Amino acid sequence: MTAKLTILIVEPDKPRAEAIIDSLAATGDHQIRVLSESTGLARSVAELNPDLVLVDVANPSRDAIDALTLASSPLERPVAMFVDRSDDGLTKAAIEAGVSAYVVDGMHPDRIKPVLDAAIARFHMFARMRNELAATKRALEERKIIDRAKGILMRARNLTEDEAYALIRKTAMSQGKKIADVAQALVTASELLS
Amino acid sequence: MRTLPLSVGFMPLVDAAPLIIAHELGFAEEEGLALNLQSAPSWSTLRDRLVLGQIEAAHMLAPVPVAMALGLGGVPTQLDALCVLSVNGNSIGISNALASELSAKGALPDFMDADATGKALADLGRTLRVGVPFPFSMHAELLHYWLASSGLNAPEALDMRIIPPPLMAQAIADDEIDAFCVGEPWGSITVEQGGGRLLLAGAAIWQFTPEKVLAVRREWAQAEDDLTGRLMRAVWKAGRWLSDPSRRSTASDILAWPEYLDVSAEILERALSGQMLTRPRGQHTTVPRMLEFFEGAATFPWKSQAAWIGTRMATRFGLDRAHSAASAATVFRTDLYRRHLASVGAIMPAASEKREGALQTPTSTAADGGTLTLGPDRFFDGRIFDPALPD
Repeated sequence: MTAKLTILIVEPDKPRAEAIIDSLAATGDHQIRVLSESTGLARSVAELNPDLVLVDVANPSRDAIDALTLASSPLERPVAMFVDRSDDGLTKAAIEAGVSAYVVDGMHPDRIKPVLDAAIARFHMFARMRNELAATKRALEERKIIDRAKGILMRARNLTEDEAYALIRKTAMSQGKKIADVAQALVTASELLS
Repeated sequence: MRTLPLSVGFMPLVDAAPLIIAHELGFAEEEGLALNLQSAPSWSTLRDRLVLGQIEAAHMLAPVPVAMALGLGGVPTQLDALCVLSVNGNSIGISNALASELSAKGALPDFMDADATGKALADLGRTLRVGVPFPFSMHAELLHYWLASSGLNAPEALDMRIIPPPLMAQAIADDEIDAFCVGEPWGSITVEQGGGRLLLAGAAIWQFTPEKVLAVRREWAQAEDDLTGRLMRAVWKAGRWLSDPSRRSTASDILAWPEYLDVSAEILERALSGQMLTRPRGQHTTVPRMLEFFEGAATFPWKSQAAWIGTRMATRFGLDRAHSAASAATVFRTDLYRRHLASVGAIMPAASEKREGALQTPTSTAADGGTLTLGPDRFFDGRIFDPALPD
């Protein structure tokens, strides 16, 4: 890769923006700018004059970038959503990963592909981190509910902690339910009765 | 009964109600569908999800499938509108600074007076910065039509900015824009937050604006005729349910849930009841047909509505008008509407197009299955759009 690409990343979250810069920098010596403000987006894009704009699919301000595909003034460089015609469906992969790419008119797809591949990989990593975080949070919440349910059983039926847990697990198995669901039902019922 | 899963995308707006009600009140299940409703962060993302097949159907701005048929916007897939989801529902708001300026001149007309309001804005004699959610939207079309017809030097004096609806209240409070045209609840939220006030109901510009449609990929509708019919019937029944005024508070409560709009039910009920607050601590203003889901054949995808949109866009983007009107009309699928909705008792208009703007009052017309009351559908300037002569 010889000629430099000017890349604009629209991303309000600083650590995320830096992570994207890192992965893109590995694909070549690009000039990378980050825009964190969503106000005046169109104006900023016109000023920075990038070859490629990357924006999170979940960012509501994406519509302002999308509108640039209609740029009509002769001073503006027309921008188009990156749509590849190849079979591997780079556009689809990008949207599924959570990133959309806009390229200026006349940009050769071969120059964009390595950058977009890197961005896709990075956004996949974001998605994985988000899922992991959600799973950890859920596990923690389930843990808390199970602890409360055990406490209720220990008091009401004078059981040890292990016996209370065994009872919840046995009930869950016989009813084909998850342990956390049985625990939740017990906590809810107990709250209603108290 | 075993239900068939169907993924449908929507933007969190009051006019997504037919899809949400179809799911929550069992109309979808009645048609053997299990809807998986997915909220979208932006119109472009919703469009891409539909185009790429991540969802089967979407709540969509009526002009989006038309724009795609005209080759605008760079996404080459063909989308079709199975039915209109909602008629009207937008409002135009202005900044507090502009409101003070108009008020000082004694030029703050009635919420329904598009003529006087348009002239007041044109008389300012300067460029207006106006926020709209998307370039292909009835918001943009109504603003262009209204301000140009009011004497504003459009498009030169109309600096249109694309701003996501949830950021509209902030944009007007920050003096990034002078005015906006936006769907509910975002106009009411601006009033609630005190960043601006509402100036004019969208329905005052065109009394019967096809606002959102139920959009699918054309090839999907062709391949999945049975699912298409089920989806259309479920949504049509939800619209009929919503048309009963006694259900407005229930509908508001459901829309207010966190997975849908996550906005207080009281604010949502304003658009559903047509009782709008135009400024904080003001009186309610009654807006006839503020947002309509059913009455007056609201769900019928008139080819003349599509042709109007196509003609307006052709003018703005420099395309051939007659050709654009004809391409646009193919997008509104009256054929599917007639075929799939006859069995649930939808009264079918005898024709698939009409002269838009010609009905001053509610008018009875002959229809298959009885008579149908249409209109009023007047444009504020009294012009009539005849699809046979798209001037």
